[in-house]
Amino acid sequence: MKNISRRNVMALLGAAPLVGAVVARGETPKPAAGAAAAAAASRDRIRERHFPNVELVTHEGRKVRFYDDLIRGKIVVINFMYAKCEGICPGITTNLVKVQRMLGDRVGKDIFMYSFSLKPEQDTPQSLAEYAKMHKVGPGWQYLTGAPADLELLRRKLGFTDPDPLVDADKSNHIGNVRYGNEPMQLWAACPGMMKPEMILESIGWLAPGLSVMSAKGDRK
Amino acid sequence: MANISKSDRTKEKRSEIAAKNRRELIAAGLKRRDLLKMGLLTSAGMLIPKSGLSARPLTSAGFAYDDTPQSRPTTPFVEEMPRLVEKTGSASQTILTGPPPQRTYNSLGGESRTVDHQVFNELPPQKYYEVHQRAFQAKAHREFSQPSTLWGYDGIFPGPLFKAYYGEPMLVRHWNDLPPDGQNGGFGLNSTTTHLHNGHTPQESDGYPCYFNDRGKFYDHHYPNVLAGYRSTHPNVDPRVGIPGDLKESMHTLWYHDHRFDYTSQNVYKGMAGMFNLFHKNGQFDGGDETMGFRLPSYPNYDVNMVFNDAVYDRQTDQLAFDLFNLDGILGDKMQVNGKVQPIFRVAPRRYRLRWLNMGPSRFYQFSILDPTNNSTRPVWQLSTDGNFLDRPVKVNGVRLSVAERTDVIVDFTGMAGRTFYIENRLEQTDGRGPTGNVLAAGQGTKVLQIVVDQPLQGTDQSVNFDTALASLPAGQPYFYGYPDMNTPVRVTRTFKFERNNGQWAVNGKFPNCLEPPRFTIQLNTAEKWIFQNNSGGWQHPIHMHFEEFQTTRINGRAPSASGIVEAGRKDVLRLEHNMQAEVYFRFRDFKGLLPMHCHNVVHEDHAMMVLLNIGDVGDLKTNP
Repeated sequence: MKNISRRNVMALLGAAPLVGAVVARGETPKPAAGAAAAAAASRDRIRERHFPNVELVTHEGRKVRFYDDLIRGKIVVINFMYAKCEGICPGITTNLVKVQRMLGDRVGKDIFMYSFSLKPEQDTPQSLAEYAKMHKVGPGWQYLTGAPADLELLRRKLGFTDPDPLVDADKSNHIGNVRYGNEPMQLWAACPGMMKPEMILESIGWLAPGLSVMSAKGDRK
Repeated sequence: MANISKSDRTKEKRSEIAAKNRRELIAAGLKRRDLLKMGLLTSAGMLIPKSGLSARPLTSAGFAYDDTPQSRPTTPFVEEMPRLVEKTGSASQTILTGPPPQRTYNSLGGESRTVDHQVFNELPPQKYYEVHQRAFQAKAHREFSQPSTLWGYDGIFPGPLFKAYYGEPMLVRHWNDLPPDGQNGGFGLNSTTTHLHNGHTPQESDGYPCYFNDRGKFYDHHYPNVLAGYRSTHPNVDPRVGIPGDLKESMHTLWYHDHRFDYTSQNVYKGMAGMFNLFHKNGQFDGGDETMGFRLPSYPNYDVNMVFNDAVYDRQTDQLAFDLFNLDGILGDKMQVNGKVQPIFRVAPRRYRLRWLNMGPSRFYQFSILDPTNNSTRPVWQLSTDGNFLDRPVKVNGVRLSVAERTDVIVDFTGMAGRTFYIENRLEQTDGRGPTGNVLAAGQGTKVLQIVVDQPLQGTDQSVNFDTALASLPAGQPYFYGYPDMNTPVRVTRTFKFERNNGQWAVNGKFPNCLEPPRFTIQLNTAEKWIFQNNSGGWQHPIHMHFEEFQTTRINGRAPSASGIVEAGRKDVLRLEHNMQAEVYFRFRDFKGLLPMHCHNVVHEDHAMMVLLNIGDVGDLKTNP
């Protein structure tokens, strides 16, 4: 840690995007001018805390940025897996494939599904493409790998962790939850990946229009 | 004592880490002045510990990977503790906005209820209330630079205090006036479900998590305020109360909060919680008048509701911050009572009834009254567990409250004019998993509230003095109602294992599903034995059942304790501690329909640690539903 740069220290403290603001404003931010400004401010805070703009590679070999290309302005469904996982992954993938079928052509249009690799050192774009093909994953659902440190950062930022370090280190027993979010609406929630696909779909519907059978919310403007 | 030395070791380790980080930061070219300016270093040279909201693992450098929000430091005991605002009702339904209330659900009239009221015609409302759920601004401490946006019932936190009476059915119309989509300030869903916690309420008014009150709509909750058993075991009017039902089923300290499926933790944390005191009429029993009935200190002057919660305010903005990506449970670094950070409560030198509620989200407490002059504990009389009286009060040094648990205590300040005391939390908890099991020594915990005895004594304290009253009570005779009998034979014993599989919270390995039939059906007017199991030494779970209370019969094969940390009594939350197995007895009476049973660590609850069940005319015999 001797060669730690000032930038890295800021990143470590998670304060980087705010340093300028804090110093300039002397820690007395002015009340937001209006609802739109307040919404923008809180949306920025979520991005700063949880959405590092790391570079990733899709199973189709495309280079993407996590925030810019995968999250910003989108409704997303997220899980973590690895291609050779024989534990919980196949079950969750099967489940999510059913969700994808129910979502139909909205996947890739206004709802995006992402699976992030827990073992990026093994999971090449090609092996992820094979995994996707084997599970009959449809278009609009992307499998992502990249630099191991970046995927580890993402895993932690998105809360796919266990507070017990021993449990957390055991990838064969990894977190099997599915997160869904509506980034511009600042709505984020999660459910077990093994929950019934109809209920996962319904849960996504509480933050995406036109899907929920229980709530009029999705259709309200 | 082992627990102190462990705590000291932890502190030592933390300061080592802080010192190491400080060296690294300075080596990186950051001047001490810069760190001070950034608020990352205190004048004493310690880094601000980043142990706020997140319960996630730290890197080897001692920092969380994420930008864990933390609050700015605040001076304790400068804010006055607000008293809850009593809700005003009316005998006339004309106070309600929108169409008149009706038995059948009124979709065309803008109501989001989808089930008819069960006993609207038999027990028509005598009092009407209207609540507006909306966003508002509040400052939890004067040293915050600006107020934080919260959501609340009638735009206050805690929400208005309901004063309800047995035998006086009421109707509460909740209007969802929350902000439009995209204006939640970073968390919270503008679709709600209001649960009256502990109420003997028909399910359509109870706050079932799969019934939604969406923005712009209203939902009528009909609270009959009946004694359990009124349609079954105790149909005759009890002449002492003037209504049917089992007097021993009386309950008194309830609360209400949002229960929206998937979003309970966010919405409650944002402020959607309030309390509900249920009295008997005419000063009888627990009637709010210290000259009558149980002679508990009079409401409202000496009968005081206290809502405890922990929170984090992002120090950059002083806005309430929520960790959206947490599965484990979240801890705040600010301790609040009735919405203020570490406030002062001023009392007269006499007895008080304090109604304590742990509103969560994930922290457990063990509260004592601390005398700071010699770090000693002043005992209190514990009256109740959750909303329900013990058979007689117990003198205790402390009470333990997991999330959603309540207890009423009598604290005696007689002869203490000029003195100062604290409510101290002595339960160690370092992450969302639950307390570690260590209880800190008196004076080593967190002072949550300062109590200053500086108010003049008005008249004479006529409330009961349990030191003398219990001495003259014959052995075995209850001071309060006594416990309802458990004579109804158990129809079925069901076991519920609370577990975590791959980070997925589950009960008996299964997850709730609003779209499927309920997991099991209880037969109306029967009794059941339930066994709650926690096989983990790392996690604890406050298990809450809606609609009916239980009596705990066994904990880990022994009788539940009736003194010290009280486990006995009637409850609606079972504190399922490390590696615990608890057996409880339920009777299900009066109303039918869908209900949840769930973990009340609201982060666990929102991630599926819930069972959806049914009460019907014909029940099943599933033993591991």
